[in-house]
Amino acid sequence: MSYAGWILLTGALVGISCGLTGVLLILRKMAMMADAISHTVLLGIVAAYLVSSSLDGGSMLIGAMLAGLLTAWLVQWFESSGINTDAAIGVVFTTLFSIGVILISTSVGNVHLDVNHALMGEISFIPWNVIELPLIGPVPSATLLLLIVTIIVALVILLFFKEWKITTFDPALAASLGFPVLLMHYVFMTLVSVTTVAAFDAVGAIMVVAMLITPAASANLWTDRLSHMFLLSALFGVASSSMGYVVAIWLNTSISGSMAFSTGLIFLISYFFAPKHGQIAKRVYKTNEI
Amino acid sequence: MSVLTVQNLSSAYEKKLVLDSLTFSVNEGTLTGIVGPNGAGKSTMIKAILGLQPKISGSIEFFNGNEKKINQRVGYVPQRGAVDWDFPTNVLDVVTMGLYGQIGWLRFPNKKHRQLALEALEKVSMSDFAHRQISQLSGGQQQRVFLARALVQDADLYFMDEPFAGVDAKTEKTIISVLKELIDLGKTVMVVHHDLQTVPYYFDHVLLLNKELIAHGPTNETFTPSYLAQTYGGAIQWLGRDNNDRSFVQQ
Amino acid sequence: MTGLLSSSNFQWVLTSAVLLGMAAGMVGTMANLRKQGLMSDAISHAALPGVILAFLISGEKQLPVLITGAAISGLIAAFFIQSIKRTTRIKEDAAMGIILSVFFGGGIMLLSIANRVGGGSQSGLDRFIFGQAASMVRMDAYIMGALAVVVMLLIFVSFKEWKVVLFDPRHAKMMGIPVRLYSSLYTLLLVLVIVIGIQAVGVILMAAMLIIPAISSRYWTHSLFTVFVLSAVFGGVSGGIGTLISSSGSNLPTGPFIVVTSSLIFLLSLFFGTKKGLLFRGEKLHANRRYLKQGGDHK
Repeated sequence: MSYAGWILLTGALVGISCGLTGVLLILRKMAMMADAISHTVLLGIVAAYLVSSSLDGGSMLIGAMLAGLLTAWLVQWFESSGINTDAAIGVVFTTLFSIGVILISTSVGNVHLDVNHALMGEISFIPWNVIELPLIGPVPSATLLLLIVTIIVALVILLFFKEWKITTFDPALAASLGFPVLLMHYVFMTLVSVTTVAAFDAVGAIMVVAMLITPAASANLWTDRLSHMFLLSALFGVASSSMGYVVAIWLNTSISGSMAFSTGLIFLISYFFAPKHGQIAKRVYKTNEI
Repeated sequence: MSVLTVQNLSSAYEKKLVLDSLTFSVNEGTLTGIVGPNGAGKSTMIKAILGLQPKISGSIEFFNGNEKKINQRVGYVPQRGAVDWDFPTNVLDVVTMGLYGQIGWLRFPNKKHRQLALEALEKVSMSDFAHRQISQLSGGQQQRVFLARALVQDADLYFMDEPFAGVDAKTEKTIISVLKELIDLGKTVMVVHHDLQTVPYYFDHVLLLNKELIAHGPTNETFTPSYLAQTYGGAIQWLGRDNNDRSFVQQ
Repeated sequence: MTGLLSSSNFQWVLTSAVLLGMAAGMVGTMANLRKQGLMSDAISHAALPGVILAFLISGEKQLPVLITGAAISGLIAAFFIQSIKRTTRIKEDAAMGIILSVFFGGGIMLLSIANRVGGGSQSGLDRFIFGQAASMVRMDAYIMGALAVVVMLLIFVSFKEWKVVLFDPRHAKMMGIPVRLYSSLYTLLLVLVIVIGIQAVGVILMAAMLIIPAISSRYWTHSLFTVFVLSAVFGGVSGGIGTLISSSGSNLPTGPFIVVTSSLIFLLSLFFGTKKGLLFRGEKLHANRRYLKQGGDHK
């Protein structure tokens, strides 16, 4: 496949995996938790590197998962000790992220891990770093990791669709019916961390947040059905990443920044023109009602 | 026969004790109104019984303890405000959720389940709204959807948290007839209720709660001026000429 | 190190970092009382495109120009978040996430353009991401310190009005306090303290300077005035120590060291705070349990 082809495919996979995860994030009102995890994943990666002194996909995923779970657990613990959610998230992620940055800028040095890379991603380098697969041939390792994660995310959401729905919509009822609400919370946090770390290489920590939240929020304005929301969100994710790539080439600027910005453009369009909950539709609906 | 036995139940919120050593048992086929002032711990008691709120002491036993699948036999109607009504889902879907516990992991709701949900909607006169997005419902309609969701579960013991709060007359009637029907079927229902005027008309049993259990038993024995005064701490005015005339105002 | 400490430029930088920490602690207390800690995170990320755009338009790295740019884009971001929350079904946290990440993405796009067209004069814009207090020139330190003092004075002179507005806006209105004016002033203070801080701390970690000292101080006192004073002290100490550490080595970013210092203060407060600290709370819970046990024994 061509260089641009690999980048578009990688971006599309980021769009799908983040788009799917994002729907649940929005509906569970945990958007800022995603912001937190996307930052603390950095610490997980640094720690994984310090322990295993390699940056392969496996140890990075494990490090990120642990960091994500640690974040979720710490936030919950602080909340239960009486700090409001907002502040709890704020303390945890800034602290863990700072530790990560300090570790990078002191001990780990320049060993491929640099902060700018982690923050902004370097999707343009992804096609160069390939591994040989039997039958298929050389595949960029980051793309392969993303493909695996996307499949896992899609499967976990599909197989437990009704469980996700009920624990998200009405956790109290779900608990009274015997669903493991807390366990599902942590499974979900793991999904978010894994998605984040897989997308990390491509778009970096902060742009992951754009990919997680914005397409899902846009989809929320278009439909009243959960299944449609998942599909639309993934679609918007793919569209944003492709659009972002094209715009970045055109303006000769950061690809990941441009992808994040494109999610905003799609949101802007949805905000005004979405058929059900867009501003224009709302106005029309109101005048009809009167 | 007792379907619920609560012993020495205490629960705290952060540092404050909200339920203080409650002990009572509820008999099969009774319709109990849970009554008490704001902050008396009514919702907390239900949540503690259902295991949704940690308790610091006490034991709870359903159906004399010889029942394994408690979750499916105990139904819960939370307060309306507890969920996000903007959630992307429709009425039929919400009612079907009542069956999720019975469907089992890795299975999806099918036609049969949707049929059951439709029947439950019929009972609360909401079948015309089956495909309506839930944010487009009035408060009373939302309450009836919750009720249908509990009905479809076909539990034996129900807890309802303020189902009458802020609903229209039609919904109120529907709820009453559904409650009667449940009792006729031999089910047991406990309802958190705010409007003191209607208590004697709706419920055959009353549980008066204000952090501690003040009284629990048949309505004519427990819904008396002295118990009420104890529960509300004097914030209540009796208008009746004698104990049989139950008109009063809450201050 | 001693050479550095005695350099008068550095003394100015250090002083202004301490003043910034104090102002951020005080404004953070207000944000925390309004449960708007993460709003400050959104605004500070959203300030990035403003900084870069101001540079691209003016062609120079004058701090007042950059700060103005940051403030404008921060205010626009705050306005967008409010309108999304008000006019759609999307909740506040998602609205913050959208604005934060999209604005930051736009900022990165602009930064990468600035790096290409800037021809060298842009170098140093990157430090707005993580902050580099040591690289500040004396003029920057003057501006930062002076604005921080202004912020603190504005809070201090009408402290009792703030108190009522923060605690019970409706009551404040009845007392004849112009609540909307104070609300706007609050947003202005928030944006102001963020934009003067981002050069030293960076847009990513600026929120921590507002959030962490404010929640740490709650563990020591129940009086609002003391909360403000303590937050200012904690913020100032973190700002000072963080700047000292980061200046002791080359290329050590300031933001993370300030954050870690204030997190340590937070942990100390969480456990040993005399009013709400965990040690103290444990005692209270034990007392509660004891009381219950005794009650159970009697029956």
